[in-house]
Amino acid sequence: MKKLLTGNEALARGAWEAGVHFASAYPGTPSTEILENMTTYKEVISEWAPNEKVALEAAVGAAIAGGRSMASMKHVGLNVAADPLFTFVYQGVNGGCVVITADEPGQHSSQNEQDNRNYAIAAKMPMMEPSTSQEAKDFMMEAFEVSEKFDIPVLMRMTTRGCHSKGIVECGDRKEVPIKEYHKDVTKYVTVPANAKKMRIKLEDKLAGLLEYSESTPMNRIEDNGKKVGVVVSGMCYCFAKEVFGDTVNYLKLGFTHPLPEKMMTKFCTGLEKVYVIEENDPILEQALQRLGFADIVVGKSLFPKYDELTSDVIRKCVTGKVLESIEYDHKDIVNRPPALCAGCPHRGFFYELGKRKNVMVTGDIGCYTLAFAPPYNAMDTATCMGASFSSGHGAAKIFDKAGSDYRVVSVLGDSTFFHSGMTSLTECIYNNSKTVSVILDNRITGMTGHQQNPGSGKLADGTTDATMLDIETVCRALGAKNIKTIDPNNLKLVKETLDWALGLDGPSVIITKYPCVLKKFSEDDKNKFPNAYKSKDVVDADKCVGCKFCLKSGCPALFLNRDTKKAEIDPLQCVGCGVCEQICGQKAIRKETK
Amino acid sequence: METKSVLLVGVGGQGTILASKLLTLGLMEEGYDVKMSEIHGMSQRGGSVSSQVRYGDKVWSPVIEKGSADLIVSFEKMEALRWLEYLKPSGKVVVNNHEMMPMPVIMGQADYAADIIDQIKKACKDVTVVNATDEAMKLGNGKTQNIVLLGALIKAMSLEGINWEAIIKANVKPNFVEDNLKALKVGMSLV
Ligand SMILES: Cc1ncc(C[n+]2csc(CCOP(=O)(O)OP(=O)(O)O)c2C)c(N)n1
Repeated sequence: MKKLLTGNEALARGAWEAGVHFASAYPGTPSTEILENMTTYKEVISEWAPNEKVALEAAVGAAIAGGRSMASMKHVGLNVAADPLFTFVYQGVNGGCVVITADEPGQHSSQNEQDNRNYAIAAKMPMMEPSTSQEAKDFMMEAFEVSEKFDIPVLMRMTTRGCHSKGIVECGDRKEVPIKEYHKDVTKYVTVPANAKKMRIKLEDKLAGLLEYSESTPMNRIEDNGKKVGVVVSGMCYCFAKEVFGDTVNYLKLGFTHPLPEKMMTKFCTGLEKVYVIEENDPILEQALQRLGFADIVVGKSLFPKYDELTSDVIRKCVTGKVLESIEYDHKDIVNRPPALCAGCPHRGFFYELGKRKNVMVTGDIGCYTLAFAPPYNAMDTATCMGASFSSGHGAAKIFDKAGSDYRVVSVLGDSTFFHSGMTSLTECIYNNSKTVSVILDNRITGMTGHQQNPGSGKLADGTTDATMLDIETVCRALGAKNIKTIDPNNLKLVKETLDWALGLDGPSVIITKYPCVLKKFSEDDKNKFPNAYKSKDVVDADKCVGCKFCLKSGCPALFLNRDTKKAEIDPLQCVGCGVCEQICGQKAIRKETK
Repeated sequence: METKSVLLVGVGGQGTILASKLLTLGLMEEGYDVKMSEIHGMSQRGGSVSSQVRYGDKVWSPVIEKGSADLIVSFEKMEALRWLEYLKPSGKVVVNNHEMMPMPVIMGQADYAADIIDQIKKACKDVTVVNATDEAMKLGNGKTQNIVLLGALIKAMSLEGINWEAIIKANVKPNFVEDNLKALKVGMSLV
């Protein structure tokens, strides 16, 4: 049966067909939809973990217990999960295990562009790189076989274009794979040094076997078109290169890229006059070819950029110096359209007030609220990685204190980020006692990545099954926080007073803003606690509006100044009646629409 | 058949993703090889978004190059102008006569030019302006503007032969099917 699937859908399908029993993940673009799709397969236990380390560790346990398991994450997620990863490779598996990393050449939605192929090399584990949705499904199935045959987890490396582009996939049925029996074996699973040293030696044997596999698997193949120029590619670059070169070159198409098939690479390059290595980010294939003695014919990063995607236009321009002919026109009236907090976003009221503060350093974090760094709020000074806001805020506050500076620190993160790695960071502020204001913007869902459930939302990954709801205020209290206030962020007066209170304290404090995300599908609990949320619209009374533009400082995309009347207007398609602009307008010209 | 490329552009949240999903399903039913690419994540928060659809006998890259789109369907005026460099010199544009203010305009740092449509027409010969948002509002559901535009797209690419009604029925939530079918019909009548 043929289906049109994204790479992410195909990975989930492949895992399901391969009989996977357990899937865990933490959301992150471009990997999120892998687990979202897994939840549609009822035979599989599919879960959102609080973070990537936990997701991988859960998959490790499931594999050791005898199930086929998987963990999926975005590239930076693998940094969080790196600790279990490196040692899991020593232990090996019982049921097969596949770890999916979704990298982001081009940084469409990411804070860096790290190339996670380096992890396969550093952790000494097998790696696969599909080029199409069909391959994503097929490789996923094969990955479980490889994992069990060689007793090692497999790294499946995707990139954004593979994850988020659709192609036609021939699908099959699920093959039920019995859960293997578990045998206690401390020499295999307890990595005390005496055991781990032996595992380390054994790992070399496994890699030798995998090298042989790499030379013979059809995932690696030569396409000989009888030409003198060759192209070496893996992953999505194969599609981009095919688009440019068609059949005018020979290809070495690599799908199994660690360990690399060195014999096949040598065979491919021998006799060629020139070999283009087309790989996004780091020169990994290129350096391997140089080591094999082909430095004089290999062309890689001297021609192609080290950053961004190598889509067909980039390859074309690098190789031929030309681009396709396109229309020439004046670009001067094209205004940038950066992403913005949605109309009704509950983060708005908080940042509107925070942005007015002077002498405050705002350590930020990763989530929708990161957008508060931009005008009109200008309410963020740093964003590093998930969880860093509280801990970096702590360090900064200590230095400001030591320097006798009157700078204060406010740190902000979201509910999902709090459960991900913010709890340990808050512990830092409280245990080491800093004059920090730690703010948890609780919109009761993981917003930025498209509304995944989390430990605070009261639902499991399927979105419908009830789960234990962790209460953030109780958690903060348990971590030792004494000064805590939970507030409605759409009440600007309350936000202001609460910030005054927190900044007036001499020790650590916590502010929790609680209001569900405007795009969230409300749970029963949301409906009970927020019965009136997003049920109205605001309108501008044109007679009262003086065109002062003050309301535009709310940064709401539904508000704009009418070109002709020079008065504020509200787009009824976007407005959900959060009321923030009503409170900002000094003329009382904005009010709820009466039906 | 040479690969055809259709670019659907708009503002995050306008429904380009559903429109392109229905389009690709129809093309697959018709027997084409199809690839589609879209970027999820950050840009969906009100940023400029695109769905790229390519179909033909054999499609390699899912990504449309500058200068290679046969058709651009823009859900918003400014977005059409932004993406116009992706159009083939002989390509067509269908543009929704609808403005959404980017944040720099809202903030008063830039102006939204009043003559965007004229600028598009100056750069490209084959431009169809449609009032998809208004038509959808008239049908009682502004959110169906994406299906109105899908209808226009189908007409512009001469894909009327495909059974779109069946595709919509099979892929849209039951209580939206009727609205969407109406929207499709209206859209097809606009080109
Ligand atoms: C280690 C890591 N994992 C995942 C991500 C992807 N990511 C970016 S923002 C975000 C969710 C933030 O959710 P929340 O903290 O609840 O804030 P919201 O977006 O809802 O405001 C995630 C998972 C990341 N950037 N880094």
